[in-house]
Amino acid sequence: MSKAIVLYMHVHQPYRVRHYTIFDAGKTHDYFDAPYDDRTSNERIVHKVAEKSYLPTNTRLLELLRDHPEFKLSLSITGTVLEQLEKWSPEALRSFQELTATGRVEIVAETYHHSLAFFYSREEFEAQVAMHREKVQELFGQTPQVFRNTELAYNNDLAYWADKAGYKGILAEGWDKVLGWRSPNFVYRPAYTDNIRLLMKNYKLSDDIAFRFGDQNWSEWPLTADKFSHWLNNTGDATNFNLFMDYETFGEHQWSETGIFDFLKHLPDQWLKTPGNSFMTVSEVIDSNEAKDVVDVPQTITWADTERDLSAWLGNGMQTSAITALYDMQTDILNTGDLGLIDDWRKLQTSDHFYYMCTKWFNDGDIHAYFSPYENPYDAFIAFMNAYHDMKFRLAEKGVTV
Amino acid sequence: MLGWELPPHNSGGLGVACYHLCKALARKDIDIEFILPYTAEHNIDFMRINAAHPQDVQTVLKAGIAYDSFKYVKHSGEVESIDLFGQTAIYEEAAARIAGQTEFDVIHAHDWLTCRAALRAQEVSGKPLVVHLHSIEADRAGKAFGGNPFVRDIEELAVHMADRVIAVSEHTKQGIIREYGVPADKIEVVHNSLNIDDMQPLDDDNAYKYIAAMKAQGYRVVVNVGRLTVQKGVPNLIKAAQHVVARHPKTLFLIVGSGEQDFELIEQAASLGIAKNVIFTGFLRGKRWRDAFAIADLYVMPSISEPFGITPLEAIGYGTPALISKQSGVSEVLHNFLRVDFWDVNEMANQITAVMENDSLRDELQTNAYRELQRLSWANSADKLINIYDQQRSGVYA
Repeated sequence: MSKAIVLYMHVHQPYRVRHYTIFDAGKTHDYFDAPYDDRTSNERIVHKVAEKSYLPTNTRLLELLRDHPEFKLSLSITGTVLEQLEKWSPEALRSFQELTATGRVEIVAETYHHSLAFFYSREEFEAQVAMHREKVQELFGQTPQVFRNTELAYNNDLAYWADKAGYKGILAEGWDKVLGWRSPNFVYRPAYTDNIRLLMKNYKLSDDIAFRFGDQNWSEWPLTADKFSHWLNNTGDATNFNLFMDYETFGEHQWSETGIFDFLKHLPDQWLKTPGNSFMTVSEVIDSNEAKDVVDVPQTITWADTERDLSAWLGNGMQTSAITALYDMQTDILNTGDLGLIDDWRKLQTSDHFYYMCTKWFNDGDIHAYFSPYENPYDAFIAFMNAYHDMKFRLAEKGVTV
Repeated sequence: MLGWELPPHNSGGLGVACYHLCKALARKDIDIEFILPYTAEHNIDFMRINAAHPQDVQTVLKAGIAYDSFKYVKHSGEVESIDLFGQTAIYEEAAARIAGQTEFDVIHAHDWLTCRAALRAQEVSGKPLVVHLHSIEADRAGKAFGGNPFVRDIEELAVHMADRVIAVSEHTKQGIIREYGVPADKIEVVHNSLNIDDMQPLDDDNAYKYIAAMKAQGYRVVVNVGRLTVQKGVPNLIKAAQHVVARHPKTLFLIVGSGEQDFELIEQAASLGIAKNVIFTGFLRGKRWRDAFAIADLYVMPSISEPFGITPLEAIGYGTPALISKQSGVSEVLHNFLRVDFWDVNEMANQITAVMENDSLRDELQTNAYRELQRLSWANSADKLINIYDQQRSGVYA
């Protein structure tokens, strides 16, 4: 039986809101322009991530693509990170372009602003998906065929939409409560759809790399490419191993010192030793396999936390009041036709802003804390709401009653 | 145990902390003789309370609420007023006499006021001395290396002569190291605490009718409870209030307490044009004190340097989340506070405004803070103290 590794990595950086106070509102509109040495400086973070992750990882990926004609992978890259790379790290952007130039790196569709717009405004959601498609066409010369929603937030409605929009595939978390006895290692069809196929993340194998790799207390530490390939070969009935993770796993979440780059370097060698084994992009695996079964997901699932729901973004009153306030402005904002104002409004939709307001992490371990540039979720909320107040101020300046 | 005050005759947090610590210790079968500098009824049954005063005196009365003078009523009926330093000297003589006549294992002394007495008791009895600092002079003066040099001398001598020093927070421990050069490993941090179940319950009828009516009109309320002294940093809160009111006119500031800055603060509020928004209640106890916490949307403790600061915990216990200065020890025991540097008036105003404008921020902060508060207990503080007593008695540091 032939088996494929489907490696898919997600590249994203938000425009973090600086320490923007109520006294800035109505005076300056530079929510996203923190001083360079500040924790919320987007420019500094892009420099750091490019140096620690994007550049070294892309160098290795390019070597792998050169050395192994069978090696393939898929990437999703948000519009907000592409913009920031254009401004602050053109060399990192070029390195991504060199990857796609090999013809073996597929770009996955998503919202330009890494937003949760699907759940608040279908019109805005579609606008952002279109923006992303154009950006990808412009920078990479590809038109994405497979869709992933922000945070892998997925339900039947989304699959229905993606099917009608003409995507051949869609990505979701391979959550046990949805899969039941079934394995994530096959291609599925979403309920109530005709043509589209569903790829579900094998979270156990993915998290072995993304979260546990450098953990010396983990019973499987150290994880070698040899051992990992062995696990996959010994998995009886399977056609595809969906390894979905944040791109920043390489070099940022798992530092170079953990040996993560060596793992990546040796994985194709070890995996391809066994005849029939391959690497496939998300489109290829869908083209090569029949749907094994229909998967019904009436509730929304994501790839986050133990709950696998949206509670990390919309789980408390601050989060829901902030996002509701933001989408309530939609008509007024779009009616102004002011591109700067619309752009700022969209940047505020990025899901990370709501993630920073999550209060679960005071009890829930430190995974959220690690990804927040704010001292606490309340500071994140205050800065965001002050930016929101300034958006209202700008609307009022244009004569809109707010 | 040597202490300067106990509720209900306390001027602030010191008496409250001593009361709860002793109660928690007594529940763990520690036998306490508490020596006070005055005579009064306390309704306390878990320990013996003894007034340290000269033998010819019948009653010692506290004349004021803060660190004020004392009145001595002699058997002859004669009344004499004595100032604070005179009082510490009399307390010292009496404590030394009691120490010579009583059986005990450890001397535990609270704050500089009892330190001279503690050192004499140590000398007379040869028993180990634990000095427990709830604040240091530099904190009270609001300035590093500042304060009254006589008080500093007493504190310095005491922390060096003590067998063990207890600080109410890491913040205070660092202060003791900085001010007096005591080795860090001689100082143990025992945080103050709060037993939620011991709090006097609220009733349905809040005492602040006017404020409740204003809230119904869309007003939001900030409260501060504390002595109005330099250390507490209230002038910065009033400055921030001006900015907040400019943004959010429907804001009321309720200032509960009294102290040497009384008039200064009233004048400040008036000259900033926010007299209508700032309400001064004076010193309060009981229901009015509790209801002040309860009626507010945000408690603010802007202290310049706060060794611990228990009021934010009380506020959370009564349903109101807190903004505290980063220069406070209480920030070590709970995560869910808003935090600001005491001098950063703009940021203080920014955060207050955010709470005034967003009930969701207030509610989320309170929910999480209350959850954390439920885990606190004076029993944990008592366990640490008992461990220290055992070390002192046995000489073994476990």
